[in-house]
Order: sequence, then C-alpha cells, then structure tokens
Amino acid sequence: MPDERKKILEVHHLKQYFNVGKKDEVRAVDDVSFDIYEGETFGLVGESGSGKTTAGRAIIHLYEPTDGQIIFDGKDVSKLHTKKEMHEFRREIQMIFQDPYASLNPRMKVKDIVAEGIDIHGLAKDDADRTKQVEDLLETVGLNKDHSSRYPHEFSGGQRQRIGIARALAVEPKFIIADEPISALDVSIQAQVVNLMKELQVKQNLTYLFIAHDLSMVKYISDRIGVMHYGKILEIGPADEVYNHPLHAYTKSLISAVPVPDPEFERNRKQVPYDESREMDDKKRRMVEIAPGHYVRASEDEVPMYTQRAVDAGLVTEFSE
Amino acid sequence: MENPENVIEVRDLEINFHTYAGEVKAIRDVSFDLHKGETLAIVGESGSGKSVTTRSLMGLLAPNAEIKKGSIMFHGEDIIKKSEKDMQHIRGKDIAMIFQDPMTSLDPTMRIGMQIAEPLMKHKGLKKKEAIAQALEMLKLVGITNPEGRINDYPYQFSGGMRQRIVIAIALVCYPEVLIADEPTTALDVTIQAQILDLMKDLQNRIDTSIIFITHDLGVVAGMADRVAVMYAGKIVEYGTVDEIFFNPQHPYTWGLINSMPTLDTASGSLQAIPGTPPDLLDPPVGDAFAARSDYAMKIDTEKEPPFFKVSDTHYAATWLLHPDAPKVTPPAEIVRRQKKFAAMQKPAAPFAKTASKE
Repeated sequence: MPDERKKILEVHHLKQYFNVGKKDEVRAVDDVSFDIYEGETFGLVGESGSGKTTAGRAIIHLYEPTDGQIIFDGKDVSKLHTKKEMHEFRREIQMIFQDPYASLNPRMKVKDIVAEGIDIHGLAKDDADRTKQVEDLLETVGLNKDHSSRYPHEFSGGQRQRIGIARALAVEPKFIIADEPISALDVSIQAQVVNLMKELQVKQNLTYLFIAHDLSMVKYISDRIGVMHYGKILEIGPADEVYNHPLHAYTKSLISAVPVPDPEFERNRKQVPYDESREMDDKKRRMVEIAPGHYVRASEDEVPMYTQRAVDAGLVTEFSE
Repeated sequence: MENPENVIEVRDLEINFHTYAGEVKAIRDVSFDLHKGETLAIVGESGSGKSVTTRSLMGLLAPNAEIKKGSIMFHGEDIIKKSEKDMQHIRGKDIAMIFQDPMTSLDPTMRIGMQIAEPLMKHKGLKKKEAIAQALEMLKLVGITNPEGRINDYPYQFSGGMRQRIVIAIALVCYPEVLIADEPTTALDVTIQAQILDLMKDLQNRIDTSIIFITHDLGVVAGMADRVAVMYAGKIVEYGTVDEIFFNPQHPYTWGLINSMPTLDTASGSLQAIPGTPPDLLDPPVGDAFAARSDYAMKIDTEKEPPFFKVSDTHYAATWLLHPDAPKVTPPAEIVRRQKKFAAMQKPAAPFAKTASKE
C-alpha cells in the first residue's frame, strides 16, 4: 500500500562529511537513505550529535553534500543550478527552527518577518495584498492580526513559535522541515503547537520532516519514524511499530530511557543498555526490510536474528519472506 | 522547627520583583516542608515561580527582588534574616544547587579537579592536596571514566552529560543536607538523562541528602519524586505523594498538565492542550488564577481564592471543586482512567507502595 503513495522526497545514500581528508574529519551523516511520502509526517529521532539536524540541513541544501542524492518532487536537488530553480526549491521547502528566541530578527516587526518570504518571491500584488496575506497567516496560526506591528520580544515562546510557523507558511510550501520545534516550549504550550501543526497539515496538505529527541512527542505526531545514531539510520518503520516493537537494539535502549508520567511504570522501569561496539565491527550493513515497511540496518548474518524478532513480535508470519 | 522530620520549612512566602512596569508578584503565599531524605518535586510552567522559590532558599535572588513576607526555616533559623556573609557559609556546604545548563555553570578557565576541590577548601578548611584527593574520589563516584587522567582537564574537554556529572560532584562534595536541582537534565539527551537521574538517586541513598527537584517534565517527576508540589502563577495549587498527584489529581491545572503529555500509548488524534497562556503576575487575577484557562471554572473561582482542601493526610489541593457544595464534575478521560487505577492501588493497602519502591 505505501508504494501507491507519491514520494515527495527521496534521499539516497546521503553523506555529509566535514573537514574531509583532515585529521578531524567528521562523518555527520553517513550513508543515509529514506523516502518521505506526500502528506505524511516523518519523524527523525536521535541523540545530540547523531546527525539528525545535519541531515535536515543537507536536504534543504544549506550544505553541499559530500555524496549521495536528494530528489525532491522528482528533481535532483544537487542539479538545481540556476538561481531561479534554487529559488523555487527554497519556496517549496521551508524550515521551522528550535529556538523561537533566536530565529526571529528582534529588530523586525512581525508583519515584516512573516512577509519576508512573500517579498522575496514576489507573491503579493501590492501593499494591501501583502498586509492581507500576513493578517490571514497570523489568524491561521492562532494569533491576532493586531499583533502584526509588534516586535518579537513582546511575545511568549509559544506565540513566537507560531510566528515562525506563519513565516514558513507564507510562501505556500509543500514540505516543512521542523527541527525540534517544541523543545524550547512549556509542556502545556507544546501540545498547542503540535496540534496546530497537525491541523495545518490536513488543511494545506503539508508534508513534515519532524526532527526531535523527545520520542513520545515524535511518536505522537509521526506516521513513520527513522532512528539515527552516529550519522546512520538504524531503523525505519511505522511509528507505532517502531515504538511498540523496536527491532534494533539501539532503538530498544533509546525507548527504554524515555521517562513516562506514571510513577508505577517508573518504579518498575528497566533500562536497556546499548553496546555500541556492535556497530563498529566493520561488517557491511545495509537497510533490510524485515517486516513490511519496517527496515533495519543489518549485515547479512544479522538478518535471521531480526526476522526472528519480527516473528516473535507478530510483525510477520514465519512463512512470508 | 514544628516537626523534627523537616529539613526546611517554608511558610507564607511572598516575593515581589520591582520592574519598570510595576511590581511582579512572583511568589504569592507559598508554604511547604522538605522532609529528611525525600525528593520533593516542584512542577510548573516557566514563570510559575518554581525557580524563584528555590533561589530564595539559597539567598540568590536578583537585586530587584523583595521578600515581602514569610519565613524559610533551616536548622531552626530563618534564612531570610541571614546576612550575605552567613549565607556564604551555608551555600555549597549545607544547601547546594545544580543548575540546568552544564555548559554555563562551570568555570571554563579552571581545571575541573580544582572546581570540585574549591568548596572543600572554602568550607572545610582542607589543604589543597587533601581536597584534590577527595575531588578524585568524587569523580569516581559520579562515574567519570579514567578520573586520574581527567582531573586536570578543562570543562570544554567534556561532553554535556559528563559536565553535568562534574556539576553534581561539585554540589555533593561537601555532603550537603539539601540539594536543589533546577532542571538538571533538561539540556541532556534521554539516555544521558536516565544515567544522571540514576546517579542522583544512588548518591541520595549514599549520603542521605534531601532533594528539591524542579522540572517541567512530568515523566522525570514520576521517576524521581516521593512528593510533588504543583505550582501555577506563583502559588502551590496542589501537593501530595507522587502516586496521589499522578493517579488521583484534583486541581484542574494538574489535570491539564497530565493530559497535555502524550504517553507512549496515547492514540493519535488531538492532544489535550491547555488553552491560553499563564496570567500576567503584574496584576494577578482575583480568585483561582487558573480559572481563565479552565473548563471547570465556576463563578466563585473568579471571585474568591480557593483555600487548600484536604484530600488525604498527605494530599491537599486548592480548588473550589473540592468544596462540599461544589457540583460533581467528570475530569478528562485520561484522569478518570488514572483515578480508577488509584482506587485499585488502594485495595492492597499501604505496604504495597513501600515494597514496590524498594525494587
């Protein structure tokens, strides 16, 4: 069934190295492949330093990838040479940032922040149209149109994140990369922003790449999840499946570390340790589809073990290959 | 001290901040006790006053803060009345603090061994050599690998999780009676967070410290706390044992907080966000400060401030819903589910909770 949907983004063997060839070479993203289907939310989780943010930035082409291919809406991103093509690409993909305090220019009024993309891409007919568009956007994200002549410091963290969302929506993108959009917000406000993002997704047919370390929130918002560690994706699958039946040992360990707001559960918590050395044995590994739509990075000799786990979890019957 | 089991007793505390816009009433009549050896979690949104409360225990309030009223009793003496010089003897020795951001709470120009040894030399009068030797023991205790090789390193040579271990080592090196941890794991990854929380629990058992744990992460609270106080708009609105707060909450704000967290089994759909934003404490609302955001607000909530109603010997909540004349309301579904669980937990009687916590 998933194959019938349209892929909006294809990432093939993306590599993003820094300081290539030097002693301090960093392989921030190392051979990462995944697809994102139109209209879905793909959650990318991992600890700090796992490369999830770098992956997001490489997709929007803020870096020149070391190797690999990024295909957005059928076009190879690295082959967008003219300014016009790049312009159009950047209109279709927008980003929402983590820190609502640092990502809004403190010297610009809200209306100018929101309209910056509209101006750059010439999306407004005249001044009145520009004002109307900004006011509509503010309303869409749950702010008052009177707010448009204020400055960012006059808003709370949650309101600022709404301004950031309005700015991203201003150029009518198809695809939004949200890099830890709620980490800096209070719990009660986090739910407001997540609900807003979900609502907008349905209304405007948006596709999200949701990058975060808060696994419970990622699971809640995402259709599918990719788990990153040391620059590699170790497991990809439907959100519920990855959560309830993780196949890779790292995913198991990560999920076991998430604190749950239930004292009884916490008293009986058993944290699963993860032995990193297993990844370092220089065996050749690739993403293998263990259960339908559920991939694990595995070497050939590990495949039977993962298949057995999937069988035990009831994800596949023994006979299907 | 009213009760010898209490390490700290805070009574009727009121703190205002003088700002250009007027007086911000940050803490509005807060009272609580810290029992010996327990972990008390204070939860609430930013601006609810949880950090201000604990900073007042350390005598670390900003210059524009004014303590209008109240007392903070520690060892039979009122901390508020102490001079800065006296506070310097208490701070770091009897009451220590761990801050949120391990990147900024260490001195970047000082070797970590020296930073851990410093309080020993200041408070206990140890010679440098002895102090460094104890610092080394402390580094081992908080789980820094190869402590001998790293004692002369600088903070930038450590990862965030390791830095927070060093901050904990500094805070605990004098074996303080009270440890205040202000969002100690918020800046860390979940796996590192789990390690640091385990470390804190382990060290608490070893050196018998009482901990005040400030956080907005209810998951962390569920794992760490013995008792929980919920703060909103400068007041404590509900307090009780961790089971009482998580399984039998009474205040609509506590309901809202628990309800807005996705648990691992939350089905997709809409999260129950708390609408609106916290009130402006320049001009705090009359009555129950949460009324404007509450689905359960009654007329009296906007007229008169609710007193604490007793739910059990250890559980109190300031909401008019508990008044005998209040109409019966049905809490959100998630809360009803939790209250059912609570009722089931009560049946095997008290010893259950004790044995469970030991494992």
